[in-house]
Amino acid sequence: MSLMKRISLIFRAKADKALDRAEDPRETLDYSYKRQLELLTKVRRGVADVATSRKRVELQAAQLQQQSDKLTQQAQKALSMGREDLAREALTRKSALTGQMSDLKAQQAQLQGEEEKLTLASQRLQAKVESFRTQKETIKAQYTAAEAQTRINEAFSGISEEMGDVGMAVQRAEDKTAQMQARAGAIDELIASGALDDASSLNRGDDISRELEAMSSQSDVESELAALKAGSAGSAGGSPQALEHSDSTPPAVEAAPLGETFEEPRKEEGQA
Amino acid sequence: MIVRILGEGQWDVSDDHLDALNVLDAAVEKAVEETDRETFSQSLDALLSAVRSAGSPLPDASLEDSDLILPPSDATLEEVREMLEDEGLIPG
Repeated sequence: MSLMKRISLIFRAKADKALDRAEDPRETLDYSYKRQLELLTKVRRGVADVATSRKRVELQAAQLQQQSDKLTQQAQKALSMGREDLAREALTRKSALTGQMSDLKAQQAQLQGEEEKLTLASQRLQAKVESFRTQKETIKAQYTAAEAQTRINEAFSGISEEMGDVGMAVQRAEDKTAQMQARAGAIDELIASGALDDASSLNRGDDISRELEAMSSQSDVESELAALKAGSAGSAGGSPQALEHSDSTPPAVEAAPLGETFEEPRKEEGQA
Repeated sequence: MIVRILGEGQWDVSDDHLDALNVLDAAVEKAVEETDRETFSQSLDALLSAVRSAGSPLPDASLEDSDLILPPSDATLEEVREMLEDEGLIPG
């Protein structure tokens, strides 16, 4: 027997079994309608759950992107300071993030797909539930219990099949979302542990940042010092070494603390 | 005849297409039996595409039951195999 036929027979058998038959078939209509509304609520909740997971994955992707941009900037800064080793370290960390980011993008696309499918499923079910409700009221108003049976069977078969389909779709979406949530949890932990160095922890900074900061404050000192030397050299003439032979250093008066300014030349050696 | 693709909806397909669909269906069935993943996803794609292009979609509010039911487009081979077993994927 063909695959399609086998699946439909199994489906129908399950749907029939799911149908609790009451003494009066018209009561079965109300009971089924109640179950349809419950399923409708369930599928809508499913849509909301998948959307929540999708947003979480999007947030993580944004965090990783931010971190990746920061590492690029660090690599540029490190290179401009002639520290190729630090630049290499920053880019190595960035390449580890790239893999995770593409994984997150794939997850996001998959969750988006699930969300759209479930949204359409909920719209289809809603339309069918509505049309079942209309038929149910007609049957209850126009037929006796005995007469109603055939009509009821007709109304039921279509909706039962839809309910089986939607129930399965919700289940599959939940399973997929649960798998992704486990992975999302692992990435959250990674971010929290500082292994990815959450970019929001600006005060702490990471080791690359600290080293670059140390280097740049050092180079600030050096460049300021060079400026001072150049300034005094301008007044005394010749090279920065001329400072050592100069007693009058007007620009240094503003930079150095009072009292230390006119001390012995050994102070200047200490600064250089 | 009415054909349902699980997770997608129902199509009204004229009986003229049944032979062609059966050929495609047999390919999916064979791939499931032989656990041939690549052929499975290709032949399932082909079967579902054939239904979508040959049939016209039923309105959302229709309450007709289907003559044939097909697995969802993203079903794995294992899921289809499970679907064919009594305690499979189909809730009820």
